[in-house]
Amino acid sequence: MAIEKSKLMLMLRRMWLIRNFEETVIKAYTSGEFGGAAHPYIGEEAVAVGACVALRDDDYIAGNHRSHGHPIAKGGDVKKAMAEIFGRRDGYCKGKGGSMHLADFSVGILGESGIVASSVPVATGAALAAKLQKKDFVSLVFFGDGASNQGACHEAMNLASIWKLPAIFVCENNQYAVTTPYKSTVSSEHIADRAQAYNMPGVLVDGQDCIAMFEAATEAVKRARSGAGPTLIEALTYRFEEHSLGLGRIRRSEYRTIDEVAEWRKRDPIKIHEGRLLEMKVASQSEIDAVREATKSAVDEAIEFARKSPFPEPSELYEDMWSDKSMPIP
Amino acid sequence: MGEDVRASVYGAAANLSKEFGPDRVIDTPLSENGFFGAAIGASAVGMRPIVETLTSFMWVGMDQLVSQAAKMRYMFGGQVNLPVVFRCVMYYGGGSAAHHSDRSYPIYMNIGGLKVVVPGTPRDAKGLLKTAIRDDDPVLFFEDGTLLGTRGEVPENGDMPGGDHLVPFGKAAIHRQGTDCTVVAVAGAVPLALAAATELETEGVSVEVVDPRTLVPLDKQAILESVAKTGRLVVADPASKVCSAASEIMSMVAEEGFWSLQAPMVKVASKQVHVPYTPALEKLMYPTKDDIKAAIKKTLS
Repeated sequence: MAIEKSKLMLMLRRMWLIRNFEETVIKAYTSGEFGGAAHPYIGEEAVAVGACVALRDDDYIAGNHRSHGHPIAKGGDVKKAMAEIFGRRDGYCKGKGGSMHLADFSVGILGESGIVASSVPVATGAALAAKLQKKDFVSLVFFGDGASNQGACHEAMNLASIWKLPAIFVCENNQYAVTTPYKSTVSSEHIADRAQAYNMPGVLVDGQDCIAMFEAATEAVKRARSGAGPTLIEALTYRFEEHSLGLGRIRRSEYRTIDEVAEWRKRDPIKIHEGRLLEMKVASQSEIDAVREATKSAVDEAIEFARKSPFPEPSELYEDMWSDKSMPIP
Repeated sequence: MGEDVRASVYGAAANLSKEFGPDRVIDTPLSENGFFGAAIGASAVGMRPIVETLTSFMWVGMDQLVSQAAKMRYMFGGQVNLPVVFRCVMYYGGGSAAHHSDRSYPIYMNIGGLKVVVPGTPRDAKGLLKTAIRDDDPVLFFEDGTLLGTRGEVPENGDMPGGDHLVPFGKAAIHRQGTDCTVVAVAGAVPLALAAATELETEGVSVEVVDPRTLVPLDKQAILESVAKTGRLVVADPASKVCSAASEIMSMVAEEGFWSLQAPMVKVASKQVHVPYTPALEKLMYPTKDDIKAAIKKTLS
């Protein structure tokens, strides 16, 4: 598949944006600038970026608790993303969602769910709406290997298949549900094999390879838009950091070895993509460096924006519960 | 959409399939987590779905109701509206045993983000359902199975101002005026309270019957004004006694209307056990007309 340069460079830019964003988030968390939990997406960038670059602006995505990468991959504003993590009024959700619920509805995000698999039926509903309204947008949902065992996930795949919905199920198999390896929780060899049960294509993809991810997603989008129905994509990937910031006990757990992490780190999705760009002579090293530096500046601006943004006023506590402004406070 | 809605096994969607076709009346698999979520997702992108279900099956799709329908709007800072209605039929009192007799509306009052509607008359059922469908927030519309055979006047749309019979949310109905005691009656307790009031009238007791019609939002003002007039309160609620709708109403009156009370309030709710199958025991479960009469008399004693 010939991919135009602008798309290949957009992939690089968005992966670097996510990487720099996450590294900045980790520093800010460690220095106590915000609290709660945050689940870094470092190592998995190619999955969200490859999939989202295959989408149109009017297509929808939904995701999960590891929610920083998805909106940035879809083109969400990094300033608002950082402000949300900082709990500020200028965040996507005015500070009410935080790290696990980064969602920019203006770029087609249906929301990121802290309950794993819970957003899978919701995304399927957007695909149902596309079909019923005879529109040609598609709906793509990211979920993990852990979520793949939830009933909601299976129910949604079954619905999408019987109704031939324009839905794309992207399983980010990062090998572990917190500390439990998927090999011990998934009954089939691959999660993609489960697609057979739902009479849809099941595609196993190298999730460290952004171009492979883009190609698989492009095929799934084509199928969805043509009315042929859903696809399940399993992206084999790895989270380079721990499950969540703030869970120190996990660092002391021996659920994965230093060697295993090191092996996967050799397959850094950004390095792989940069190698491909050079090899295909799509971009020079100086062009690649310029993209990286530009994303650093964008993230630096984002954190300054977040720090300067005010916290919400106490009067905003009750706002946004209802669209109906006449609702009384109990 | 829902299970067997084209055939309309329970009658609520009778003939809709013939009139509107299979794109608008959708039979789903037995898959509440899946199709509750799909309805919520469709509502997030511009549709106005109506889901038909039974209260007992809501537990199966509870994550979608609570984690998504109730929380999405607030959690995402008001970026999305979810105009979805769940018609939740409550069958009880007919030997359906513990798994098919839930009166679960109070649980959803506790969650927030879900409007909770409990019609007690045919007229209100129609007018509230139309309001629910037009509402931009998620609505749980509880249909009391004991009222399904009830006959009563229901206005045709053409007879109403603006051509619509709409009953607003958050406005209680005073079904009967009285001066001695207020009975706030929820859903299936409404006709029981009215019958109790009629019988007590012959004994010289004047009972006011207030039907909140919606529990979220709750018309606190109408309840407080009635209690201010009568000085006495009985709350009749077919839900289980602990943390019932009655519990919330009585707590609200204790906080905001205490000085109006001339006697302790009395709660008439279901027994705090699971619904037994045998009619010998099930008949002991729910509030009756006689329970409500006894409660009114207790406030007057």
